[in-house]
Amino acid sequence: MGLNIKQASVIYPTADGRPPVEALRTIDLEIVNDDFVVALGASGCGKSTLLSLIAGFLAPSSGEILLDGAKVRGPGADRAVVFQKHALMPWLNVLDNVAFGLKLQGVAEAPRYEIARGFIRLLGLSDFETSRVYKLSGGMQQRVGIARALTCNPKVLLMDEPLGALDALTREKAQELILNIWHTTAKSVFFITHSVEEALFMGTKLIVMSPRPGRIAHRFDLPFSRQFLGGTSARQVKASPEFIALREEVLKIIFSDEEAAA
Amino acid sequence: MTEHSYPNTQSRKKGVLFFLMKARATKPGETYGVPGQGDTLWLSVLSILGIIFVWWLFTFMGWVKPMFLPSPQAVLGKFVQVWNEGFTNTPFLEHVGISAARVFGAFLLACLIGIPLGIAMGMSPFIRGIFDPPLEFYRPIPPLAYLPLMIIWFGIGETSKVLLIFLSVLAPVALGARSGVKSAAIEQIHAAYSFGASRWQVMSHVILPSALPEILTAMRIGIGFGWTTLVAAEMVAATKGLGYMVLTASQFLQTSTVIMGIIVIAIIAYAFDMLMRWIERRIVPWKGRM
Repeated sequence: MGLNIKQASVIYPTADGRPPVEALRTIDLEIVNDDFVVALGASGCGKSTLLSLIAGFLAPSSGEILLDGAKVRGPGADRAVVFQKHALMPWLNVLDNVAFGLKLQGVAEAPRYEIARGFIRLLGLSDFETSRVYKLSGGMQQRVGIARALTCNPKVLLMDEPLGALDALTREKAQELILNIWHTTAKSVFFITHSVEEALFMGTKLIVMSPRPGRIAHRFDLPFSRQFLGGTSARQVKASPEFIALREEVLKIIFSDEEAAA
Repeated sequence: MTEHSYPNTQSRKKGVLFFLMKARATKPGETYGVPGQGDTLWLSVLSILGIIFVWWLFTFMGWVKPMFLPSPQAVLGKFVQVWNEGFTNTPFLEHVGISAARVFGAFLLACLIGIPLGIAMGMSPFIRGIFDPPLEFYRPIPPLAYLPLMIIWFGIGETSKVLLIFLSVLAPVALGARSGVKSAAIEQIHAAYSFGASRWQVMSHVILPSALPEILTAMRIGIGFGWTTLVAAEMVAATKGLGYMVLTASQFLQTSTVIMGIIVIAIIAYAFDMLMRWIERRIVPWKGRM
């Protein structure tokens, strides 16, 4: 049960006789229970392609993606996506943005707003229900995006560099917020990031991806998010010798990949 | 010491156009470096008064004969006279009403057809393939060029007049709506799909609202074309209307009536544009913000 990616490959055909581009090669990945899987890698390693596969925006060239045993054939509310930016509807206020998914599913206004308000509270946005989203800060807009994704009770939460556009301080706070939400809701999460530190701090499982062809080069099990949720402060977790040692190891892998590619 | 670190502030301040020469720090509430900031109301009022003054000066000094350029007072007097007595036995407001009905009727029709057509063209390569050639073919042709055709086909009645204005409004409105379809970010569209939205829902809940700012702009441009075409539409067999008034007056060299008619058309068009801008601020306040 949960999400199962089996031998999935994505190959883009190219015009005028050049060889086709292998965006992803035979990916095997399981995201089950309350796994928090973080994908890390340089640009062009296929992280976003992998997310598009899971979300159903893209069909694999070969292999398959199974959710609770059923083949994924397109986008669906059981796999909600949080985007990096530009994904909110500026003509709706915060409440209607959060309730947007429920509205599309035909949920009547009263229960729709009730559910939305619950997640607005969870994300600490209660004072901004009627605010225009384009007037909010980047961090608050992202919280609206997360609340919106949660309303439809997805089995897997897909996050495509959700904190990439935030400043460093907001970003650290948002990391902690997402971990707490994840802990409260006990969802499977697939999370893409460029930041090694963010990847190590947030995930329970880390996949480091390599480009050309995009593939999973290394896998790690991570203890740090559990330590944080167990009561250790984020700064303490990130400053621990184990954290720093693993951070250097992962950085070394990524840089050696870059050199190999260059 | 501090004076030396800002060498330009003192030396450049003397020039008459110094405000054009250098960038100055902004007041709180403004953003440094954004071009075109600031309130222009007083400058606009000054500009209009300046034009009227130069106009008056030319006529007052007798530099131009009244037949070519009547004085501002004469035009105002003509306005009062036409307002009271009408023009060619028709009350002034009836001329205004007839022209407005033609322009706004054609505009409404063009919006009712052009906006759905443009959206369909943006959404479907099939519809775009069919309607792109005829629209692009007639769009750059001046309405005066196909006016004779309109008259041959539809006669000299109201139909050909409204149709001429309609055609001049249709193209800009349809093309604006068509490009507005592309306003939605791919993330917004994907977000809707990932909630299980149907194609129809994506269109009504994402594509249409995000196209709205561009559709409103296209409507503003379109109504402008409508007023531009009005005089051409009232050239043949019209007995009422502002365009008819201007054309008839010109044949009798009543220059003051011509200028008065032009100003009345401009004022109506401008007032409507202000209304459209107000509507824009009300219903698409997010325009350009996200």
